[in-house]
Amino acid sequence: MGNLVTAVLAGLGDGAVYALIAVSFVIIFRATGVLNFAQPGLLILGTFFTSVLAVDQGLPFWVAVALAMLIVAVISMGIERVAIRPMIGRPVFSTALVTVGLFIMLLILAFRLFAARARTINDPWQLDQWCLVQGEGSCTVAFYQHHAGKIVVVAVVLAVLGLWLSRSRTGLAMRATSLDQEAALAQGINVGRMFSLAWGIGGALAALAGILLAANGSVVQANDALFALVALPALILGGIDSLRGALVGGLVMGIVSALARTYQPVHAPWLGPNFENVAPYLVMILVLLIRPYGLFGTKEVQRV
Amino acid sequence: MLGVHNLEVVYEDVMLAVRGASLSVGRDRIVALLGANGAGKTSLLRAMTGLLDVHRGKITRGEVTVEGRPLDTGSASSVVRAGVGQVMEGRRVFVEFTVEENLRVGGHTAGARGMQEKFDRIYGMFPVLADRRNTMAGYLSGGEQQMLAIGRAMMSDPDYLLLDEPSLGLAPKMVERIRDLIVEINQSGTGILLIEQNAAMALSIAHHGYVMENGITVMDAPAEKLRADEDIQEFYLGIGAESTSLRDVKHYKRRKRWLS
Repeated sequence: MGNLVTAVLAGLGDGAVYALIAVSFVIIFRATGVLNFAQPGLLILGTFFTSVLAVDQGLPFWVAVALAMLIVAVISMGIERVAIRPMIGRPVFSTALVTVGLFIMLLILAFRLFAARARTINDPWQLDQWCLVQGEGSCTVAFYQHHAGKIVVVAVVLAVLGLWLSRSRTGLAMRATSLDQEAALAQGINVGRMFSLAWGIGGALAALAGILLAANGSVVQANDALFALVALPALILGGIDSLRGALVGGLVMGIVSALARTYQPVHAPWLGPNFENVAPYLVMILVLLIRPYGLFGTKEVQRV
Repeated sequence: MLGVHNLEVVYEDVMLAVRGASLSVGRDRIVALLGANGAGKTSLLRAMTGLLDVHRGKITRGEVTVEGRPLDTGSASSVVRAGVGQVMEGRRVFVEFTVEENLRVGGHTAGARGMQEKFDRIYGMFPVLADRRNTMAGYLSGGEQQMLAIGRAMMSDPDYLLLDEPSLGLAPKMVERIRDLIVEINQSGTGILLIEQNAAMALSIAHHGYVMENGITVMDAPAEKLRADEDIQEFYLGIGAESTSLRDVKHYKRRKRWLS
């Protein structure tokens, strides 16, 4: 029982980060119709800049986070302007392939920047934990502070984002753009600026996710970018165009992965090590078989 | 005065869709633009409102002016800001937004100031929208959606309103209501360019009319003159054709007449 609670709490912490990555995909997908496979690259750059600013330059952690998010947002907007804007009107598939190319470029860049070094980011949580239930000699239910921190940060960020999208004039314009670009243009919305903004926000969220992903009391390397791909099963589960789906999908994948980590070595050791990294993809395959548009994927309302 | 001067539109650098269209719309006028499928009416509208880019089209010659000043047709948002609103063909309301959200998007360029007065004005003009302000636009009937599309365009307080096929797919009763609303909008000081295949409807309220064929405005006359014109009656109003057999309709006859 203690194991279960510990695993679920850890799963929620990791899941919050997966949800954030998934949301960063959804924001860009909704606004521009492109599934941006370069997100993991942006994510690891966010980690890198935070490490440089917080460790090498000695800035306070949250200042470093804000600056890193800003830098990555600018990079992301630059990418949109240079590589994606010219692809407007081309088949979505071609654009998606461009983003795959961008991903590889960003990954190579990240490897250069990290220079095969493992870095830390000086997060305030490290490996501290709260012991919720004290057993004999050891802790039965533990809650890592970094997991709690992740849940709080992601909750705040997504709440602000959701409010902004539903209430503000620009948020409304952005959603209008995602529904019908040409009709949005006809209302006088500057669609190009909306694309730019969506990529900027998507980049900043990816950077923040990268930072949170690295905040696990351990070191971070360039190829940790690949962990961001867990966002894909989360997206498939939630429905690829739904923010709420991204949130739920991310949390579920976090918990699935944590449960697999806790129980699989004991109950099904024949599945081999590192099974927790595979489990989300198994869930994804199941979802694709049963409900391909995901839990919250939109069914279009149409009257002809 | 909204003016189009000898406009030429090319898609994908090769397809000539509009080749020399000219027209003018005064603020107190309803001007009808008639033409068959593929005559270039919608292309002309896109060119006037900065939507060509999305369709890989370009204006290769001519210009659009508002009150004598050239209109920046490169950017749709500056067209709206210059006071030229449009209702696109097929309504194109945001189906997943509520009625009120649709209207708010329509007022995007105007900002938040005076939003409430504009809501009141639109709801006064379209009481049915007021009743359904929190309904998702996708659940409205076709006629209600058309009203919403017109209301949305009116939210930017345009001096000129361009309507593309507002009667498309609507029941005759609804077409009449839309027609009356267009007259009402015009009387409150908005110039109207009405693009229609339903020539009977368009000519019944228009002051002036243009006929477009193969990308050229071939006729330009007051509406009552068009209504009386034999060719318009035959080709657009479906009355007065002396022969019903297609074999007797000579091809060149139709072409030649426009030149006279």
